[in-house]
Amino acid sequence: MEELIQDFREALESLDQIKATALFQQALRGRSPIEIVEQIVVPALEQIGQHWNDGSIALSQIYMSGRFCEQLVEQVLPPSDPDRKNQPRQAIVVLNDYHMLGKRIVYSVMRASGFELFNYERMDVDELVERVIADELRVLLISVLMMPSALKIRDLRNALDARGVQLKILVGGAPFQFDPQLWREVGADAMGLSAADAVAIVQHWAGEMA
Amino acid sequence: MNSMQRVLTTLSHKEPDRVPLFLLTAMQGAKELDLSIEDYFSRADYVVEGQMRLLKKYRSDCLYPFFYVSVELEAWGGETIYQMDCPPNAGPPIIHRPEDIDRLQPPRVADAPCLTRILDTIRQLKSRVGDSVPIIAVATSPFSLPVIQMGFDRYIELIYEQPERLARLMQANEEFCVEWSNAQLAAGATAICYFDPVSSCTVIPRELYLKTGQQVAKRTLARINGPTATHLASGRGLPIVDDIAATGSAVMGVSTLEDLAALKTAAQGKLTLLGNLNGVEMRHWSAEQAETEVKRAIAKAGRGGGFILADNHGEIPWQVPDEVLLAIADAVERWGRYPLDWIEQ
Repeated sequence: MEELIQDFREALESLDQIKATALFQQALRGRSPIEIVEQIVVPALEQIGQHWNDGSIALSQIYMSGRFCEQLVEQVLPPSDPDRKNQPRQAIVVLNDYHMLGKRIVYSVMRASGFELFNYERMDVDELVERVIADELRVLLISVLMMPSALKIRDLRNALDARGVQLKILVGGAPFQFDPQLWREVGADAMGLSAADAVAIVQHWAGEMA
Repeated sequence: MNSMQRVLTTLSHKEPDRVPLFLLTAMQGAKELDLSIEDYFSRADYVVEGQMRLLKKYRSDCLYPFFYVSVELEAWGGETIYQMDCPPNAGPPIIHRPEDIDRLQPPRVADAPCLTRILDTIRQLKSRVGDSVPIIAVATSPFSLPVIQMGFDRYIELIYEQPERLARLMQANEEFCVEWSNAQLAAGATAICYFDPVSSCTVIPRELYLKTGQQVAKRTLARINGPTATHLASGRGLPIVDDIAATGSAVMGVSTLEDLAALKTAAQGKLTLLGNLNGVEMRHWSAEQAETEVKRAIAKAGRGGGFILADNHGEIPWQVPDEVLLAIADAVERWGRYPLDWIEQ
């Protein structure tokens, strides 16, 4: 199994789609789609996340491999599949700026890991507060690239508190890599350095909320 | 030594009188003039006055007539979004579909009031300081500009999946970057800071950089009529130090995520390093922390010249307090004097 995970991860990192597809199909023999996701895809994406954290692979590789992985999983585990994890109710959003790359990476990796979540694209604070309430979210993932956008999360938290909204906020993006305390400063509940971190944190919260 | 002599000496990999300091303050001039950021950047004479006040206040060794990144998007027909307490932000992309690239024509500098305002700023600054202080102008690399032209995610897809359209986009962007850079040099800029974060190892692997960003840089920098500094805007660059030197750039802006001593060893005699104070953390530094960080950087990279102290992103955040910037300037004065005998062997 370890060898299969490593081969799959290497195929994803080198963007070898033919090999990754073959390994995925090979793994499907004798396992259910959700077992493949949990036993092979998630561990491979975790390793890729570790390589991102130690600087040994680049953002472009993470993005392209995450997107491809999402497509692979989509084929065997469509959005309507009962094995999809659609709880807790959650969404992902880009706050304030127009840089979508981080959000798309995390969205792909979350879906490749079997989760379903709302994709809000880009929003400002006021619009986001209304959507959070309307969609009865329990978890919100926020991606930012620019430091000023990270600071807007504090405005969001204050606005949610004023409306009495209980919500777990998970943040990620470049500014949080440069200041490990920034996520606390802006009122988030957790920070992920990689998309794999996001999966682990949401899984943990899902267990707490169940 | 004046600032120009100090900088030129360190660029020749010799020790000047002290480590040069580039405090890259762009928006902070608005605070000095008690203007909103939007009003401040609306007139060249405001920015000139702001830059001159900042130069005196912080004792930096350069003037920085950089407005904001999105000014180039404006020239291409895009929008800028102003906010109270942060750099003006790029609005929505101007390239909506990859097919739009086929019809893309670079704007002319003379036709873009947002750019001619910067040229006017540079001319006025040059008339104030002559050759005593370097004027560092900015141009976004043709390879990095598409992040705001079309969105980061769709640009990464283009790089991997549509090489012919990428080449077409680079052709248009290179024409613009060369014209824009040379116009700033002609107006009186001393050097061009070539912002190229997409070429960093944080964004693309080295093998891809050698086939893409480095080729673009080689073609573009060869046509710019003055010295250039490649800035990776916080991105990692240690594995591509030699590759950046091969583009003809004289300076490399380096990240706080990498060890400055290792970068200095790699760049020795080839590139002057610019960096690498952490601008995000700087918001919370005390004066003592600022001094410690300045000492750390100088100890790792100061010996032998080839080093300019700066933040690691190319722009000091709005939220960094005056006291911290003044403490940085004081610390450079105290610990940056050559010979750096206080550094342990």
